[in-house]
Amino acid sequence: MSDSSLAEPTLNRGEMLRRTGAIMGTLAAGSVLAALAPSRVWALELNSLSQPDGETVLSFAQVLYPHATLPTAVYAFVVKELDKVSAKDPQVAAKVHAGCGALDSAANGSFAKATPAAQLAAAKSIEDTPFFAMVRGTCITALYDNPLAYAHFGYEGASWPRGGYIHHGFNDLTWLPNPPVDASPTLGSL
Amino acid sequence: MASYAHDDASVVVVIGSGAGGGTLANELCQKGVKVVLLEAGKRQSSATFVNDEWPSFSQLAWLDKRTTSGNWRVAKDFPNLPAWTCKTVGGTTTHWAGASLRIQEHEFKARTNYGAIAGANLMDWPIGLADLEPYYAKAEAKLGVTRATPNAGLPGNNNFKVMYNGATKVGYKKCSTGHMAINSHFRDGRSGCLQLGFCFQGCKSGAKWSTLYTEIPRAEATGKLDLRPESHVTMIETKGGKVTGVVYVDAKGQEQRQKARLVAVAANSIETARLLLLSTSTAFPDGLANSSGQVGRNYMRHLTASVYATFEHPVHMYRGTTMAGIVQDEVRLDPSRGFVGGYEMETISLGLPFMAAFLNPGAWGADFTSFLDDYTSTAGMWIVGEDMPQETNRVTLNHDVKDDYGLPVPNVHYDDHPNDLAMRAHAFKAGKAIYDAVGAKKVAFVPPYPSTHNLGTCRMSDDAKLGVVDKHGRSHDVPNLFISDGSQFTTGAGENPTLTIVTLAIRQSDFIADAMSKQMV
Repeated sequence: MSDSSLAEPTLNRGEMLRRTGAIMGTLAAGSVLAALAPSRVWALELNSLSQPDGETVLSFAQVLYPHATLPTAVYAFVVKELDKVSAKDPQVAAKVHAGCGALDSAANGSFAKATPAAQLAAAKSIEDTPFFAMVRGTCITALYDNPLAYAHFGYEGASWPRGGYIHHGFNDLTWLPNPPVDASPTLGSL
Repeated sequence: MASYAHDDASVVVVIGSGAGGGTLANELCQKGVKVVLLEAGKRQSSATFVNDEWPSFSQLAWLDKRTTSGNWRVAKDFPNLPAWTCKTVGGTTTHWAGASLRIQEHEFKARTNYGAIAGANLMDWPIGLADLEPYYAKAEAKLGVTRATPNAGLPGNNNFKVMYNGATKVGYKKCSTGHMAINSHFRDGRSGCLQLGFCFQGCKSGAKWSTLYTEIPRAEATGKLDLRPESHVTMIETKGGKVTGVVYVDAKGQEQRQKARLVAVAANSIETARLLLLSTSTAFPDGLANSSGQVGRNYMRHLTASVYATFEHPVHMYRGTTMAGIVQDEVRLDPSRGFVGGYEMETISLGLPFMAAFLNPGAWGADFTSFLDDYTSTAGMWIVGEDMPQETNRVTLNHDVKDDYGLPVPNVHYDDHPNDLAMRAHAFKAGKAIYDAVGAKKVAFVPPYPSTHNLGTCRMSDDAKLGVVDKHGRSHDVPNLFISDGSQFTTGAGENPTLTIVTLAIRQSDFIADAMSKQMV
């Protein structure tokens, strides 16, 4: 699982020197995620991708997997992951840079600042490229496998620490009648 | 626990510690037989299992490279992951959901009852339900199958409530919580089900049967078992037409050679076939036990597909037993539906990470994400149906791609048969009807996940020209070589296969022990 340490970065000198850019944002007041983060302000420092490329990837992820109320901070995990892989592999860094350029060209300027319709058209125009497949695949693992996403979508994650759902709602559905006991026996003693 | 010398030629070597191998090893040890159990993976425990889908997948799954071909969608979505099986002590019994159903009598006689189906390589099993009934009873008692033994049925979760109400509204009669190898209460030294919801990730309460914490420690307690984890078998050796031992790579990467009086292979259908194909020699140029040319052929993986639906109200399908309930009305022989064979509908759920990965692999955009937006109001079912055996659906060696040991990886070729497609279409419609009956907002037809039910590849037949093993799982060509996993299945039937694999292993242990005592092997 990706870690959720987006907010209030502390950098050592080496990291400061390597830094290639940063993406920042603010969690909406009242967001369920605000309770999980140390601060409503979040920042993602980049160690490999340029700031414009980071912003393009961020927008691209939002076009690929649009969730109206999913905070941008969660999409930043995609940028974080690609930045991490790019730092280790120059070929990936080059692929990201070229892909972001292709998105900008397809959007006739800045993909990040284009209209939603133009962004969608640009995304479709590069659907068969390895860059598209890489970002799409990264989205699947980075967007939906972190505590902020769990909180947003209502997935409760590990159940073992609280003793499972046996006393925590495994059969609490009330909008349909309960099946008869021969089909669904009542909970016996363990 | 025993420790036998590498040159001790009196031991039985069992390859693989899952439902087939783990059970066979224990049954033989209980009879006083010396067993070396070689398992490619590491030993985990309920304490080390994790309630977290991707890390658990890394911990348990068989991730050695494989390749795929054929028109099945898995080849497109997961080209290097045709199967979701496990590489760990306990094998895929760590991952299985626990559904334990007997194959029906008419399914054992598939060729007789289904007739000649073009393109399908149907055959009757050389055994029937009557042969297996006493062993099914032993297996059910061992596993503590709910509803089949004094282990009472499990209570249904929210996902089951949706299934039950929908199924009964459309007129299905056979819907209940499942026949599960999961304790509904403390039994056999293990806890009752805590409704954790992570059945696929290794059961942390131990309520679900796995050879890891039942058969294997019991075998160890006899003093007859020498379990060697992280031991990857690369070759079975022969001399004079008989197996003499196996070559394996141990945890330190050292090649070892274990002599054996008898070898039983239970490495799950893909690796079992691959190991036989790798074990060539002058006497067996086409692979071991392959005079019929059938090793690797007739690979079956069950129909599989899923139906998920979203509702106005919450479901929280991930809470509780993953395969909580079942509809069995469609697992019958009724060709008027447009296909032979039948299918089960069983509740299933995926956590958010795997839902995103498996809902529609490769998909993106608002249609996809709007379904995930209703994650907590989603219910789901899995479809398990009998797929047709086809000679060309097969495991072969891919000499262009090598594994960490420099050996060719297995290629898994699978084309859907028209009967499979007709059955899947019928099942999608049936699943949708169930959810529509209780007010579904949206319904998603989800393509197959990587195969968990890997069957065939060393099929059982009385005729040595048509199959690899006889009715006891004994190789037609090599008298002291046995196949002890789902590879033996002559046809796939419509039921989850683990109970039958365990049943065959218990039966085979009687045959092997008897043959050994009579000096027949």
